[in-house]
Amino acid sequence: MALRTEELILNLGPQHPSTHGVLRMIVTLEGENIVEVAPDIGYLHSSVEKMMEYRTYVQSVSLADRGMDYLAALANEEALLRAVETLGGITVPERAQWLRVIFLELQRIASHLVWLGTWGADLGATTMFLWCFREREKVLDLFERATGGRLHHVYFRPGGVCDDIPDGWVEQALAFCDEFPGRIAEYEGLFTANPIFEVRTKGVGVLPRDVAVNLGASGPVARASGIAFDVRKAFPYEKYAEVEFDIPVQQAGDCFARYQVRVEEMRQSTRIIRQAIAKLPPGEIRAPKIPITLRLPKGEVYTRTESPRGDLGVYLVSEGEEHPYRVKIRAPAFSNLYALSEMMRGWKIADVIAILGSVDIVLSDVDR
Amino acid sequence: MPDQERSQPGGQGDGSLRVSTATPIDRLVEMIDLLPGGSVILSSVEQVLNWGRASSVWALGFGLACCAIEMMAAAAGRFDMDRIGTFFRGTPRQADLIIVSGRCTIKMAPIVRRLYEQIPEPKYVISMGSCATCGGPFYYDNYSILKGIDTIIPVDVYVPGCPPRPEALYEGILKLQEKIKKEPFLRRRAGVAAS
Repeated sequence: MALRTEELILNLGPQHPSTHGVLRMIVTLEGENIVEVAPDIGYLHSSVEKMMEYRTYVQSVSLADRGMDYLAALANEEALLRAVETLGGITVPERAQWLRVIFLELQRIASHLVWLGTWGADLGATTMFLWCFREREKVLDLFERATGGRLHHVYFRPGGVCDDIPDGWVEQALAFCDEFPGRIAEYEGLFTANPIFEVRTKGVGVLPRDVAVNLGASGPVARASGIAFDVRKAFPYEKYAEVEFDIPVQQAGDCFARYQVRVEEMRQSTRIIRQAIAKLPPGEIRAPKIPITLRLPKGEVYTRTESPRGDLGVYLVSEGEEHPYRVKIRAPAFSNLYALSEMMRGWKIADVIAILGSVDIVLSDVDR
Repeated sequence: MPDQERSQPGGQGDGSLRVSTATPIDRLVEMIDLLPGGSVILSSVEQVLNWGRASSVWALGFGLACCAIEMMAAAAGRFDMDRIGTFFRGTPRQADLIIVSGRCTIKMAPIVRRLYEQIPEPKYVISMGSCATCGGPFYYDNYSILKGIDTIIPVDVYVPGCPPRPEALYEGILKLQEKIKKEPFLRRRAGVAAS
């Protein structure tokens, strides 16, 4: 007589030490094997898209910090202001554009460090958590000196940036750029050749290239599946056309490839920061005569930027008022989350956390 | 033990007992023994218990939004929350404290409430950040965010900021420790009304 088995439904989250926020996953199991994963989102829906309809554009910047991807506040500001500046025909001064490039790349490093640290902690390496946060504090020191905030900056404004960088900031940033590649080598020394880490990540949670395209995955998740697409290269904004950097691409599509892509991205970001600091011209940091209650002409615009999580787009409709008629945010983490059930199907329950962590979702970005 | 013996450097290899030269606690015990009745420390049982409880407040590892990142930063290397006896546990059954870090949506509210109820007594709540305290920047024109966590669970300490710096969270935990130290813990357990 055959043994009768039953499918088991396991509820993971919203409170779980390793779900990176308030994600709930309904995992259908057959023994140890995962049959289906259904993410339940909406536990952090903060309705920023609706709130922006009642705010002026300058006020919306602070909402973009908090309501969208909170690990990459400056990338959100950039995404929103790209739309505002494109529709309003505002030209950002040279110096402000370079400053934005520097800060966006610092933000990318800070965000990837949080990802690497928390993922390491999920996999049982608390060392990685402590190391990554050690370097992240140095990036936050740079942010704090220039913008006044550690996490939420409200530094970019329509037509430029809020304040110029203080004296000695450039030297501090360069010192960080000198130190950081050595630190990345330290992380790789802990993880890349670590047999435990390899067993848990290599070949685990494979996302094939065609599936990644169909699901609209972007950013490091897509690049680890062999899609060499980066908005910074494909549709350059600010000064990204004038700096040299490579897009790291891996073909494997597994957790290890996603790790490799992100670590290499941190190196490339350091490279961009160095070039941007070398090319930083003196001059204005904000376009003149931008009123606080900025009115955009009637029309609509869709702009895209590369946030640390991928292709972050903003669709903005203006009716000629001082506030937008509609703002739609195309969040990269939301699209990447859909790849999750594809990645997890057929793997063991112990791989759930490793795969989830490797996608690097931020629930604030998913739910908005 | 005579002083000369204690101050001998090294001590290994020559057969004598290896004694550390830097043990003030040994001296303290010696001094206490010399005092009449010195080995007795007078204090109320409640005070000792409260001292122990306040010095090891274990928090539930539970993050909601942006403030959770600052909470993590407070637990990491530079700030190192273990110094003041707080570290994170994965389950509410092992926690004394829930730090509500960030905005709580109406969908999330029943879960926060359940987590709070799962923590064994005595339990404490820190509301971290403006969103948890009053809704913060999501107070107006918003249909999804709870306007303050104190509408569903009792809060002991409010930490202001958006998000609060790790130092501010520290201040909040130290304030909570002060509060715990003053509590009539045993009397309340025994059902005696606090005067």
